[in-house]
Amino acid sequence: MAVDLTSNLAGIVSPNPFWLASAPPTNTYGQVARAFDCGWGGAVWKTIGQPIVNVYSRYGGIDLGTQRLIGLNNIELITDRPIEDNLKEMKLVKKRYPKHALIASLMVESKREVWHEIVKRTHGETGCDGFELNFGCPHGMSERGMGAAVGQVPEYCQQIVEWVKEVSTIPVITKLTPNVADMTYPARAAKRGGTDAVSAINTINSLVGVDLDLMAPRPNVAGKGSHGGYCGPAVKPIALNFVSSMAADPELQGLPISGIGGISTWKDAAEFIALGCANVQVCTAVMHYGFRIVEDMCDGLANWMEQKGYQKLTDFQGRAVPSIQKWENLDLNHFIRAHIDEATCIGCELCFIACEDGAHQALALAPKNGKRLVEVKEDMCVGCNLCSLVCPVPGCITMRKVENGAPSVSWKQHCAGAGALAPRPQHYNTVEE
Amino acid sequence: MSIRIASADRQLSAADVAHNFAELHPALTEAEALAESARCLYCYDAPCTQACPTHIDVPSFIKKIHNDNLKGAARVILDANPLGHSCARACPVQVLCEGACVMLQQEHRAVAIGRLQRHATDAVLAQGWKLFSAGAPTGKKVAVVGAGPAGLACAQELRRAGHAVVVFDARKQPGGLTTFAIAQYKIRPDTALAEAKTILDLGVELRSGVQVGVDLTFEQLERDFDAVFLGVGLGATQALGIPGEDAAGVVDALTFIEQLKTRPYGTVAAPARVLVIGAGNTAVDAATQARRLGAAHVAFVYRRSEDEAPAYGFELDLAKASGCTFHWLTAPARVLVEGDRVTGLECVRMKLGAPDASGRKGVSPVPKSEHVLPCDLVIKALGQSKRGDLLRQVEKLQLDSAGRVVIDEEGRTSNPRYFAGGDCVNGGKEIVNAAADGKRAAGAISIFLKGT
Ligand SMILES: Cc1cc2nc3c(=O)[nH]c(=O)nc-3n(C[C@H](O)[C@H](O)[C@H](O)COP(=O)(O)OP(=O)(O)OC[C@H]3O[C@@H](n4cnc5c(N)ncnc54)[C@H](O)[C@@H]3O)c2cc1C
Ligand SMILES: Cc1cc2nc3c(=O)[nH]c(=O)nc-3n(C[C@H](O)[C@H](O)[C@H](O)COP(=O)(O)O)c2cc1C
Ligand code: SF4
Repeated sequence: MAVDLTSNLAGIVSPNPFWLASAPPTNTYGQVARAFDCGWGGAVWKTIGQPIVNVYSRYGGIDLGTQRLIGLNNIELITDRPIEDNLKEMKLVKKRYPKHALIASLMVESKREVWHEIVKRTHGETGCDGFELNFGCPHGMSERGMGAAVGQVPEYCQQIVEWVKEVSTIPVITKLTPNVADMTYPARAAKRGGTDAVSAINTINSLVGVDLDLMAPRPNVAGKGSHGGYCGPAVKPIALNFVSSMAADPELQGLPISGIGGISTWKDAAEFIALGCANVQVCTAVMHYGFRIVEDMCDGLANWMEQKGYQKLTDFQGRAVPSIQKWENLDLNHFIRAHIDEATCIGCELCFIACEDGAHQALALAPKNGKRLVEVKEDMCVGCNLCSLVCPVPGCITMRKVENGAPSVSWKQHCAGAGALAPRPQHYNTVEE
Repeated sequence: MSIRIASADRQLSAADVAHNFAELHPALTEAEALAESARCLYCYDAPCTQACPTHIDVPSFIKKIHNDNLKGAARVILDANPLGHSCARACPVQVLCEGACVMLQQEHRAVAIGRLQRHATDAVLAQGWKLFSAGAPTGKKVAVVGAGPAGLACAQELRRAGHAVVVFDARKQPGGLTTFAIAQYKIRPDTALAEAKTILDLGVELRSGVQVGVDLTFEQLERDFDAVFLGVGLGATQALGIPGEDAAGVVDALTFIEQLKTRPYGTVAAPARVLVIGAGNTAVDAATQARRLGAAHVAFVYRRSEDEAPAYGFELDLAKASGCTFHWLTAPARVLVEGDRVTGLECVRMKLGAPDASGRKGVSPVPKSEHVLPCDLVIKALGQSKRGDLLRQVEKLQLDSAGRVVIDEEGRTSNPRYFAGGDCVNGGKEIVNAAADGKRAAGAISIFLKGT
């Protein structure tokens, strides 16, 4: 069975759902051409606007153990290249790669004529397939009233989308900032303004660390620093949550989403698509490993889809959305309990101390025939998962369903007087009188 | 690992022998594969890939293992190297991919590329994945002589290109030396045969038990096929040329190893005292496996010193770790036989002299140094003979002075319809070289067939 990875975001078709996000990898013709040769399906050009000047020293990273760059922070601004150069190179890309998606990312000051001017000029001079409005940058540009300064105020979002839609003849994607409490508000505003799609997330306001010798933040510029935008694998859960909140929002139904944030592998991408995204965009993973990573993104996704019997992306797009619910709808009588496989346990006792000090005191040290083992106190386990999350042995601790015979009941139902709670474990009383 | 040794009052059981032949590089567990794949830095223009004669994209397949795309990983491996199963187990990775790993500089421990490769390729056999399919038929027919690594690699690529392929092998079963010669603690015949089957399943016809040159002439092949690939490997072990060599207690390494690999554990025993003549990789394999069959004393007899020994250092280390000992600078002169029983090997001591033409130090006997090394079995491991006699039957096929087929860098011989690769071309290297040769030659054959 052949799997078709073709994606369609608001009418913008690309050979696969993997686009480069607007960022340094899409600075130049050479980069984007190389990326398309490696197999990327589309690219959002590095944001163009009034030329800016950048500082030297722009990025800071977070490592975890030997894994470098699980998070990346930047204090870079939009493109620092002349607009003519950007437009000329975008045109060349579109000419050489007519089947790939080429999106122009825009950010200019909040004036109707300025937006009209850049929209008309960019489309006219490049033949790009769509626009992405950068309402996201949380640093630098926002101090000048652009980027996140727009994205955080729904009225401004709506206003600028309206201006763009007044003159744009191609699809418009509004890129939203995660530096808000609830993304559905700016998304709804963008929708009211007529946006054809939204993309999320841009970078998260952050300060990645402090150099304790210099007493200055990282990255530092001549001993001083500024808050920056955070991205990379560490931000994926935050991005997934924003994306799912939009996918599940009744007012936003039918508004296509381009998922961004911490995507490094085909699995990450599949999760975004399962939460409703029509395609995904990638920045940090490419900055870390290069364009070549797209090969496994396509191959892995296709192999998985084939195994699952999905022939096209829309076969599973949004499939996980209905299962994301309010807490009040979760079944309070669904009991699970930790089970430790004695045969594969290596005796590190990390589960024990995690549960003992950090959770519910439901594990006991129980060596057997000289082998270090841990036992589950069945009447104490609340099925929180912590032990299985800290266990270093794959499959050793599993969470198993406990049949308590109690019919399912949610908090909402329970409060409405419909259904009884099954009896639950009590914490041991450890207070010494 | 402790080797169980037989004694006068204790024969080894099949279970003892199985214990002794435990795999040197066992399969990784899921947890190990995850942790080990995380160590790979995903180098750009990776040195491991450059070091592999088949240029497997190592970082790519390791990343795929890590990203839970095992099938994709296996495809990367087997697309580059059709013998990826055997190579994962038997390649001398220390001098190839793992020897080039940048982690050697960082942590003094290379990423376990071979074992990760096995992790991915094992899944192919376990899951029965069909990774490749035959190409659209071209109407051309190619004969492949020899179902060893070179012939099988060539056959896979020819089928993928859509040519009809018939593989001839003198033996009953395919795989060549991967089935019959590689140390049992590296690869078992069933794995080698399963690997061969994945290739034959592409629609390759195997005619086994057919010795080309005897049962079937090269002229007949030329009549029935558009092109011929020669992957006939090497011949029998070379003779010692000393008195007593024909005694029953003298065996050549290849026969010794083939027997222990093809008969059930417990049915092949080694006597208490074994001498292995030679110090190449085959000698090491014979010695380490004689120990594993239960021999109490196994010693190498080699006319030069350890520095000149042709075996890889890590193979000599394995021999030492297996409890073998060495008689360096010792040359065999005569096998001592009583009745039909070997009792010892008469040897002379040698001394090193100035380097000879090959650059190795010359050796000469020390006068009056004759001495007897008592033994029950002598294993000859002097290297395999070339196939000149067979190959001279092919018209206009150029051989070099050592009897190896001369090819260009794409595997073409001097006879336009003949292509060649593997041990019969390089004089005896590794599986991976044979696989690279066979695959490359298939490309040249396709180009040749386009013009016919
Ligand atoms: C003891 C030993 C241990 C080894 N260990 C390793 C190892 O650990 N790792 C490694 O990488 N390499 C090892 N090698 C080397 C490796 O086995 C060879 O390099 C490789 O098998 C060569 O492949 P080939 O296809 O050229 O030849 P072969 O494997 O020799 O295959 C040739 C085939 O051609 C057939 N044939 C020959 N003549 C005819 C004919 N006239 N008609 C029909 N069929 C014919 C033979 O029956 C055989 O099946 C070892 C070799 C030996 C001898
Ligand atoms: C150095 C750097 C520069 C960026 N510049 C831009 C930009 O000019 N315009 C924009 O819309 N997003 C910009 N981004 C944000 C990315 O497009 C993307 O939204 C974010 O990095 C999250 O994706 P990731 O986790 O895959 O990196 C930039 C990110 C980085 C790291
Ligand atoms: S990646 Fe290194 S070499 Fe390249 S611009 Fe940045 S600091 Fe300079």
